[in-house]
Amino acid sequence: MAAPAAKANARLQLFNQLWTDNAVFRQVLGICSALAVTNRMVNTLLMCGGLVWSTVMTNITVSALRRYMPQRVRMMITVLVIACYVIVVDIAIRAFFPDIHRVIGPYVGLIITNCIIMGRAEAFAIKNPVVPSLFDGLGAGLGYSAVLMAIALVREGLGFGTVFGVALPAREAWWSSWTIMVMPPGAFFVLALVVWWARGYAMAREAAPADAKKAKGAPA
Amino acid sequence: MMVLAQVPLGGAPTIGLVAILFSAALTDNILLTRFLGMCSFLAVSRQIKAALGLGLAVTFVTTCTTFLNAVLYRHVLAPLGLGLSLKLILFIIVIAAFVQLLEMVVERVSLGLYYALGIFLPLITVNCAILGAALFMVNLQYNVVQALIYGFGAGAGWMLAIVLMAGIRERLKKSQIPPALEGPGIALIITGIMALAFVGFSGMVQQ
Repeated sequence: MAAPAAKANARLQLFNQLWTDNAVFRQVLGICSALAVTNRMVNTLLMCGGLVWSTVMTNITVSALRRYMPQRVRMMITVLVIACYVIVVDIAIRAFFPDIHRVIGPYVGLIITNCIIMGRAEAFAIKNPVVPSLFDGLGAGLGYSAVLMAIALVREGLGFGTVFGVALPAREAWWSSWTIMVMPPGAFFVLALVVWWARGYAMAREAAPADAKKAKGAPA
Repeated sequence: MMVLAQVPLGGAPTIGLVAILFSAALTDNILLTRFLGMCSFLAVSRQIKAALGLGLAVTFVTTCTTFLNAVLYRHVLAPLGLGLSLKLILFIIVIAAFVQLLEMVVERVSLGLYYALGIFLPLITVNCAILGAALFMVNLQYNVVQALIYGFGAGAGWMLAIVLMAGIRERLKKSQIPPALEGPGIALIITGIMALAFVGFSGMVQQ
């Protein structure tokens, strides 16, 4: 009885974090790095990998330690846990992708202050068992990554005419360098459009009758 | 060229202090070109007064912690060969401890200031602009004096951006905006336009 419930709970948590409560759309959190690394898709992918790893591992660790952490110092412990996992990411990227590390290096360190990781640890992992926490972290990380990759696709496609560094087909025919897209202002504009679209979509959903919501709330 | 502007440039140890100050505050504005401190930038930029308070607090903390971090990194971690692995932990601890200390001191010395700044201080620990300034300082290979100037410039640049933004948003209350675009959406578009203006500063400081 308990096992399927936990499983359903974990899947729901994954979906919630991935879409319904997506941190970038709904809460506009953790966008510092979203903007900085999205002018090339390869950089974005590495950054997202690092973020998913850090979120999942932090959630697992915080969840496993939740009974042993004194209330007063738990923020400090969480920060140190995050820092340890981020250092692993930093060293791994430096070792395997030194060229990319030169560009995104400081932003990898800044994963520590990404509000999403701290937010998930505080809001979920601190009071839930390990497995749901794992899925919660995975959902949050992947939801964030999906938005970042979409932004990067637009910016790299329009700015460089490439996808993952590969030139788009017949780009001489139609493409002209849209430099603003790879510069900082382009990041703000594309993210603003994403937030606009997501909010408009959510508002349209909420305006519709709440039947669909009720049906979803009752687990099979 | 434009793309290169985003890439943290390698060592330029002989760069002048005035150049560092202006490039940190304007051409390399930590918010508008490096995207750091966006969360509190979007949350606290509704009123000029609040924005100014947070901006001052961030400038002060960034200046002090970047300096402290530069001293500890250059003279303790780097000679021990621990710069690679421990610098993140060191920076985070220094910033958290400094903010905590500052809060205690301000509470003792001036209760008025404490109530004015009180709500902003916890926000600062998670402001990535401050950690970012420390990390960029290492990346740019600044020495201790240069780091002090860089920290001040970065903080002042952040304050400039948030105060400008708050001024625009106060006016924006009177205009009609599509409901889905209200709040963060329109704020991001305005930030983009501000960033466009700041791109105009590039080339003013020769790196």
